[in-house]
Amino acid sequence: MSTNVSTLQNLAIDMQKGVPMKPAAETSAKLVTTDLNFYYGKFKALHGISLSVPTGAVTALIGPSGCGKSTFLRTLNRMYETVPLTRAEGAILLDNEDLFAIELSALRRRVGMVFQRSNPFPKSIFDNVAYGLRVNGFANKATLQESVEQSLRRAALWDEVKDKLHESAYSLSGGQQQRLCIARALAVNPEALLLDEPCSALDPIATAKIEELILHLKRTCTIVIVTHNMQQAARVADYTGFFLLGKLIEFNATKIIFQTPAQKETEDYVTGRFG
Amino acid sequence: MRYFEEELERLKTQLLAMAAMVEAAIYRSITAVVQKDQTLAQSVLRDEARINQMEVEIDDLAIGLLALRQPMAGDLRLITAALKINTDLERMGDLAVNIAQRALSLLDAPSIKAMIDIPHISGLVQSMVRKSLDAFVHKDADLARSVLASDDAVDDLRSASNHELISFMEKNPQSIRQGVDLIAVVRNLERIADHSTNIAEDVLFLVKGVDVRHHAEMRQE
Repeated sequence: MSTNVSTLQNLAIDMQKGVPMKPAAETSAKLVTTDLNFYYGKFKALHGISLSVPTGAVTALIGPSGCGKSTFLRTLNRMYETVPLTRAEGAILLDNEDLFAIELSALRRRVGMVFQRSNPFPKSIFDNVAYGLRVNGFANKATLQESVEQSLRRAALWDEVKDKLHESAYSLSGGQQQRLCIARALAVNPEALLLDEPCSALDPIATAKIEELILHLKRTCTIVIVTHNMQQAARVADYTGFFLLGKLIEFNATKIIFQTPAQKETEDYVTGRFG
Repeated sequence: MRYFEEELERLKTQLLAMAAMVEAAIYRSITAVVQKDQTLAQSVLRDEARINQMEVEIDDLAIGLLALRQPMAGDLRLITAALKINTDLERMGDLAVNIAQRALSLLDAPSIKAMIDIPHISGLVQSMVRKSLDAFVHKDADLARSVLASDDAVDDLRSASNHELISFMEKNPQSIRQGVDLIAVVRNLERIADHSTNIAEDVLFLVKGVDVRHHAEMRQE
């Protein structure tokens, strides 16, 4: 794992002092955005977002509907490029490399994504997880089987599906389907995983499993999660950013955001006095 | 007002009702010592059970809010501060009971010169108690800091008073029992001041979000 612990500790100390994180080339940030603007046609959805996503940690993005948090998440692997008339301005670095200059399929391999609604392919459990590997040229049967098993184990799903790998993915429960989608994303060994409200359709038990999984995965993968559930952000995230009307109002260690936020807007939102 | 805010107000109101009882207990216990008033001392002993009961009720209310409302930020700090202040108030009530018991023990003893220090110390301590609670009510960080600044003065007064009482006992061995009672009264007052300091520290955490316990250098920031 490439996490530079001492640098992260320094970041945490800076944040304890209430100093907002500034993008800096030498930090151990996995993803860094600088003055990022985003447009849907003429509508400006993001206003000058500068944010460093620390490596090997979970970063949560919170804020009311329409605040831009999901839009921001989708810029981190250029998912928006499938949407017509969208445009991003500013800089995004992935490990200090210009994210806009990375070939798209290579970027999606390095930065995986899991969506609000689980979206398994109409294929077997095995083929879902093997899909990305096959697309990337891993045809060797033994290698495929090993990678599929490893991915399912990392997604904490192996024990539940090992005896029915060739059944349809649709035979799984909602929570299992979501973990299958995480396994599918993990199969190509991404450096970062973007989770867009991954538990919003799940019951508390399935949610707890996903949260436990997130806490284990961060040892090997940087995670950014968009969530409407503030308790979830508090439970799983090391860092939290609060978005409002397309702006990043505050970014800090999660404990600070939920105990002693610096901005009144953040305080009003996390205490439910918003609006 | 949202229902949750009403619940927070109820918590504050109950805490302040308990604070009023504890303040009264401290005042009556000291007055009982100085004026040798048996009735006042006994009233302090009688009220202890009610203060203990209030402590349990406030804990129950606060823990219920933590469990059911999952408070964040300022609300979270208010409830955790209330829990800690609640414990301090109950201890202050116990210390008032200790003083009242010494007052009963001192009823038949003649007045001695050292007793003139007790109204002085108790005046300072009661002022700290009042200010720490006012700081909580008004979320006043400056007032809370002024309580922290008074703590050293109380420690000094206790030390001077002890020396005076020991010296008195050396010269008047027949007054040792009385002297020991008075040393205990001063020690209990000094501990009440310590609990006021705790409350002031909790108020600073509530208002500023900073933990100044065991960090004297942060107290004036």
